[in-house]
Amino acid sequence: MATITIDGQKFDVDDTENLLAVALSKGFDLPYFCWHPELHSVGACRQCAVKSYRNDEDEQGMIVMACMTPCSDGGRFEIDDEQAAEMRAQVIEWLMTNHPHDCPVCEEGGECHLQDMTLMTGHTQRRYRGAKRTHTNQDLGPFINHEMNRCIACYRCVRYYRDYADGDDLRALGSHNNVYFGRESDGAFDNEFSGNLVEVCPTGVFTDKTLGAHYNRKWDMQNAPGICGHCSLGCNTSPGSRQGILKRIQNRYHGEINHYFLCDRGRFGAGFVNREDRPRQPLVRNADGVLEPREMDVMHDVMTDVFANAQGVVGIGSPRASLEDNFALRHLVGAEHFATGMAGHNQRASQAGLAALQSHADRLATLREIESCDAVLILGEDLTQTAARVALSLRQARRNKHLEYAAANKIPKWHARAVRDIGQYNNSPIFSATTQATRLDDIVMSPQRLRPDAIAELGFAVAHALDNTAPAVKQLDKDTQALVDAIATTLKSAKKPLIIAGTSLGDPAIINAANNAMQALSAINEAARLFVTFAEANSLGLAMLGGNDVETAFESIESGAADTLVVMQNCLYERAPKSRVDAVIKQAKNVVVLDHSFTRTVGEATHVLPAGSFAEADGTLVNNEGRAQRFFQVFIPDAPMQEGWRWAADLAEVAGHKPEWQGMDDLIAKIVADCPQLAGIEEAAPSQSFRKFGMRFPRSPHRFSGRTAMYANVDVRERRPTVDADSPLSYSMEGYYGESQPPSTLAYAWSPGWDSNQAAITRFQDEVGGPLKGGDPGVHLVRKNGDSTPDFIAAEVHAVDGWQVVPAYHIFGSESQSARAPAIAERMPAAEFRVNADGAKTLGVTPGETLELRIDGETHRFPLAVDPSLPKQTISVPVGMHGVCGLRLPVGVKPE
Amino acid sequence: MEETKVLTQRIRPDRSPVFIDDYMAEGGYEALKTALSDFGPTEVGPLIKEAGLRGRGGAGFPTGVKWSFMPRFEERPDERPAHVYLVVNADEMEPGTFKDRMIMEGDPHQLIEGMIIAAYAIGADIAYVFIRGEYVECQRRLQRAIDEAHEKGFLGKDILGSGFNLQLYLHMSAGRYICGEESALLSALEGRRAVPRHKPPFPAASGLFGQPTTVNNVETICNVPHIVKNGAEWYKGLGLNKDGGTKLFGASGHVAKPGLAEFPLGVKLGDVLEHFGGIRHGRQLKGLLPGGGSTPFLTPEHLDTPMDYDGVGAAGSRLGTATMIVFDDQTPIVGVLKNLEHFYAQESCGWCTPCRDGLPWVEKMLIGLEEGRGQPGDIELLDLHVKLLGPGKTFCAHAPGAMGPLEAGLKYYREELAALIPDDAKTLSLTESANANPL
Amino acid sequence: MELSQGEIEAIQHEMSLYEDSGAATIEALKVVQEHRGWVSDEAMAAAAKVVGVTPTQMEAVATFYNLIFRQPVGRHVIMLCDSISCYLTGYEEARDHLKSSLGIDFGGTTEDGRFTLLPICCLGNCDRGPAMRVGEDYHGDLTPERIDAILTEYK
Ligand SMILES: Cc1cc2nc3c(=O)[nH]c(=O)nc-3n(C[C@H](O)[C@H](O)[C@H](O)COP(=O)(O)O)c2cc1C
Ligand code: SF4
Ligand code: FES
Repeated sequence: MATITIDGQKFDVDDTENLLAVALSKGFDLPYFCWHPELHSVGACRQCAVKSYRNDEDEQGMIVMACMTPCSDGGRFEIDDEQAAEMRAQVIEWLMTNHPHDCPVCEEGGECHLQDMTLMTGHTQRRYRGAKRTHTNQDLGPFINHEMNRCIACYRCVRYYRDYADGDDLRALGSHNNVYFGRESDGAFDNEFSGNLVEVCPTGVFTDKTLGAHYNRKWDMQNAPGICGHCSLGCNTSPGSRQGILKRIQNRYHGEINHYFLCDRGRFGAGFVNREDRPRQPLVRNADGVLEPREMDVMHDVMTDVFANAQGVVGIGSPRASLEDNFALRHLVGAEHFATGMAGHNQRASQAGLAALQSHADRLATLREIESCDAVLILGEDLTQTAARVALSLRQARRNKHLEYAAANKIPKWHARAVRDIGQYNNSPIFSATTQATRLDDIVMSPQRLRPDAIAELGFAVAHALDNTAPAVKQLDKDTQALVDAIATTLKSAKKPLIIAGTSLGDPAIINAANNAMQALSAINEAARLFVTFAEANSLGLAMLGGNDVETAFESIESGAADTLVVMQNCLYERAPKSRVDAVIKQAKNVVVLDHSFTRTVGEATHVLPAGSFAEADGTLVNNEGRAQRFFQVFIPDAPMQEGWRWAADLAEVAGHKPEWQGMDDLIAKIVADCPQLAGIEEAAPSQSFRKFGMRFPRSPHRFSGRTAMYANVDVRERRPTVDADSPLSYSMEGYYGESQPPSTLAYAWSPGWDSNQAAITRFQDEVGGPLKGGDPGVHLVRKNGDSTPDFIAAEVHAVDGWQVVPAYHIFGSESQSARAPAIAERMPAAEFRVNADGAKTLGVTPGETLELRIDGETHRFPLAVDPSLPKQTISVPVGMHGVCGLRLPVGVKPE
Repeated sequence: MEETKVLTQRIRPDRSPVFIDDYMAEGGYEALKTALSDFGPTEVGPLIKEAGLRGRGGAGFPTGVKWSFMPRFEERPDERPAHVYLVVNADEMEPGTFKDRMIMEGDPHQLIEGMIIAAYAIGADIAYVFIRGEYVECQRRLQRAIDEAHEKGFLGKDILGSGFNLQLYLHMSAGRYICGEESALLSALEGRRAVPRHKPPFPAASGLFGQPTTVNNVETICNVPHIVKNGAEWYKGLGLNKDGGTKLFGASGHVAKPGLAEFPLGVKLGDVLEHFGGIRHGRQLKGLLPGGGSTPFLTPEHLDTPMDYDGVGAAGSRLGTATMIVFDDQTPIVGVLKNLEHFYAQESCGWCTPCRDGLPWVEKMLIGLEEGRGQPGDIELLDLHVKLLGPGKTFCAHAPGAMGPLEAGLKYYREELAALIPDDAKTLSLTESANANPL
Repeated sequence: MELSQGEIEAIQHEMSLYEDSGAATIEALKVVQEHRGWVSDEAMAAAAKVVGVTPTQMEAVATFYNLIFRQPVGRHVIMLCDSISCYLTGYEEARDHLKSSLGIDFGGTTEDGRFTLLPICCLGNCDRGPAMRVGEDYHGDLTPERIDAILTEYK
């Protein structure tokens, strides 16, 4: 701790911080560019000049950069100082000498940090009379637009992209006043986190191309607190819309999860909401086999008929839909007829994951916490592809070694360049065993590529090495044993070791192994942490809710026990092999699908009800750490589209068991009453009736200007904002907006003088980069199973003889919703089978040639590629929209 | 005035190189033997400190003190980092500076011997000479000298049986003035863009590849063998005032006999000028930059200035590299300034705003003045730049260096500059200036 | 494109001189330039592969330094010092003479591919200003006549 004085006010502050961070935390308006709460200080832009006085006697003081100034005890600083202000104004004047002043046509306009800082410093008179230098721009692919003339050379982009995200294809090129930030040639950014450049860039050099395609002013959007639906991590987002079109996804700060950054799937994957081919009307398949729209009252009669004549109804829910949607379906069909929508292997792995969380509920890492772990063991997950945001956190974790060196040399942690320079290429140890090469291998110590059962064995062996009462596995070879010992020793000696596993290989043994290793480790180190990733946004929620797996639901149809399937936001073809799904659909009399996308299942359904997507509904998702989080409707869709749970309630009514709930609050109360294991979800966000000073919380910023003009082409009279019956938010700019708003209701970040998302959020944080005021949103649902230490799990692994399929996930393609977004579709890789060189020889197929393979009864044809990382007799198969859907694991193959 | 030849004692009139046989015949590598046999590794530094040797690269920091910042691992060998580095700064891109080139080309072993002793003194096991890319001849001669030293056992493992190891490599720069700034030089050596680093941490704590490192100028290191051989007292006695030793002086520009010479520190400016033949073509001195392009001007009133660190400092300038650039009374000051600021604007690394965007503006204003397109307020705007590109306000010393001559120019030649603004010039509004010929 | 064995070996030698082989990024560019006169995109990509860095990283370095040519140059590169000592002793005259006798501006290459003309900051030949470098040779005390004589030496 230190006591410092800023503009005459005394503050007790953290002496390990720099003055800029502290001044911002204390609410001062001090302009800056090159500093960023996650990228820290480098002192390049010289914008944050303040006056520093050596001691009380010092009257002259000197100009220093706040971001490079430690908060040493007794420090005396003036922001409100004439010379410092002169310096700050001049820095802007320099920066603006070459800036094109094209604000009216700039996509950044309105949330531009450069605009804000220009205003803040008071630079209004242009004295520079020279010509401006110009640059040519690059085509950076479908995500990001490039307009280099706007560049003020703050170096934030490269510091984020290269130093933080470890991307290597964006650099500062050129020198003196001709620096250029780009790639060596046109092309999409290679890094999976490139989209954050849009927010990291303080002006309009890197902007969101998907927004640019249907641009509107930033302040003319209706936003809502969102939860990303594209993986299990539950990153917080702020989707923005206008006139019923989803315009963009912006980061929404959550101190413990995503904080300032999203992955590109999350940021650019929402385009499916705007697709033309979405079902927007109730559809019924006619006698010719064509889906036809039906009016609502007609549909009402049709559905009454369906349920009146149904001989057994089974419901298939979805791990990508909300608890509310799933529960409403469960109510419709009855708990015993409800399936979670997960394939058997996925359900079993998810249950193992849930068990692991319950065993170590007090030791679960948050995403943010991962960054502070100094030794990591990853079992099975190709994280960059299956839970991308974790990869970004791990890239920070590996830098703890740098911080360690820095601390030993008294270099403060915020001194970004010095920390990097002293750290060089030394990393904190990260071990990883996966089935094939991953995009994290560059920071992994001797990456292991193993078959799934061998990954589990490795995990069990590490557990045994940590604690010899943990079950051992069969004799390992010498090298593997040496590695196991090295991993165990490293984890043991770490300050904060972390174990990561997940469900992507569909193998519960891998998670059980992680569970055992964690069990062994936690006895040694209180600080040890566990992190489990799941397949989808609500996989854990569904595992907690419970239900049958998809196969069991299919059996009801196949056995004739039921003839009607109701599917909620799920595509059966993603859950089981095509032939089986085809047969089930053929056999069922009715296949009723409630969905927002035109999936293959919709294409085969007898009845379709247009459900709202995440943008058109409220709901609760449980992320991979067991945190229940609420997302809110961004805009109201045109009737008759409505929430999945409302459709399910309507169906329940026609089926003769009208639910007792009306709105979200009722529904949630009912869920909690019926499912005590989900108690707490009601706390994930305030109830519909919650008000602050009698006010709701706005979805649109105060500056929203378009209310009367918005529908002028239809009617110039001002529409009344719709009243939100399900949440305490308003569909307008009216309401309470400010620091004491519950953070879960914060739809966008804005503060007077601070219009950019990343800077404005500072005013809502306890301190820059810290938790949100009032606490980071969400409620932890997973509780520890009793007080006693759980027993170790038996070290059982399931091996596949001969050739084994190993799934290859891809961030752009494996997740089906985002794959329907045009920008993501453009980045989807071509499908290919991969084997190692020996394998190709055995198969007698030359790379590039098409290989025909029968997997689980289905024939697939893809070109063959050689991947030397693959273990013997494994074949890597692309899974998801860009490859094979409905793959059941584990699966062996017999290539001819 | 007679030269005092220490560093240049072996330099041949025709500048042909002195290689190992001649070098050793003239007492070469004696100092190394003395250092390795008579001094412990920690005893050389204090000697250099005692001798009062100050850095010849421009900043004049006491060399022995700099060495004393290096962490020592004699007592805790297991904490010794992978490597400890000595880097010799042979970038020499300061305009008007050509001293290091001469001693490297003429007497390469002197530098190598100095480096071995320096490395021994700071505990380094790898040494690099960071040499500017254009100095191809230097590189050839140094490389040959290194190979010779290797053969004689002065480099490599267990040098002269002392147990001390040193690898010595040359690194040819790809050319940028900022590479001469010691921390930018380290970035360049690491194969990166030569962007300076913030200090602290100083290279002694985190230098090349994050390891303890000392950076010294060529001339600084060349002094070391002489001090080891002749002692601190002798060295101190060489200087005329407080600063010990001799210094290479150079003169270029409008002097009658441009070149290099070695004098004791403290020699009078006028005497040095006279040595180089005074102003050529019988003209008068208008001003000079005493030690390279970033040192503020001195004028005829300063001819009595003693040329040592404090003396030149008291006259409002810096000794710098002591290679002076001289201009006569028919030289328009605006051209001199424009040329200098063009250099600095061009050589800015582009990292920090004031330097990257301020210097080109300064250059443009000077061009405008020279071409008769100045406007009222330009002089004051130049003043403002001098103030806001000063030390501490920019990231490294490059921009403050650029402001040295400009500040002095605005002080000594203000009227001349102001007179360049046409009498009928008015401050143009933005729209007018857009239509007018831009700067 | 592949580099020649000689280039690869030269680069690998440079890589061996540093704690981190990536430090040879600059040298790799210089090696390629020595062999080819300039660094094409393809050659840069190939060199990047040898050093183990990305082409973007190479480009970041290549575009920072003055002595890396990313465009084809003539057989002899003339670098005319434009810094202060030469400026004081007749740089402008030498510049104008070079430009007019070669018929090119700075950055240009003569049609016969003989010369490329570039400005360079202080060559360290200040006592012989105005000075220039042609290829690896230094020439000082330039006058229009001397320049003419010097140029005839380079075919
Ligand atoms: C912009 C700039 C350029 C420099 N160029 C050189 C140079 O070319 N040669 C040199 O020896 N020192 C140069 N220096 C000084 C070095 O940073 C450093 O102080 C010096 O190499 C230390 O050696 P010394 O203590 O032996 O003088 C430069 C400094 C700055 C700020
Ligand atoms: S002062 Fe100039 S040279 Fe130094 S860091 Fe700033 S931009 Fe680079
Ligand atoms: S924010 Fe402090 S110098 Fe850029």
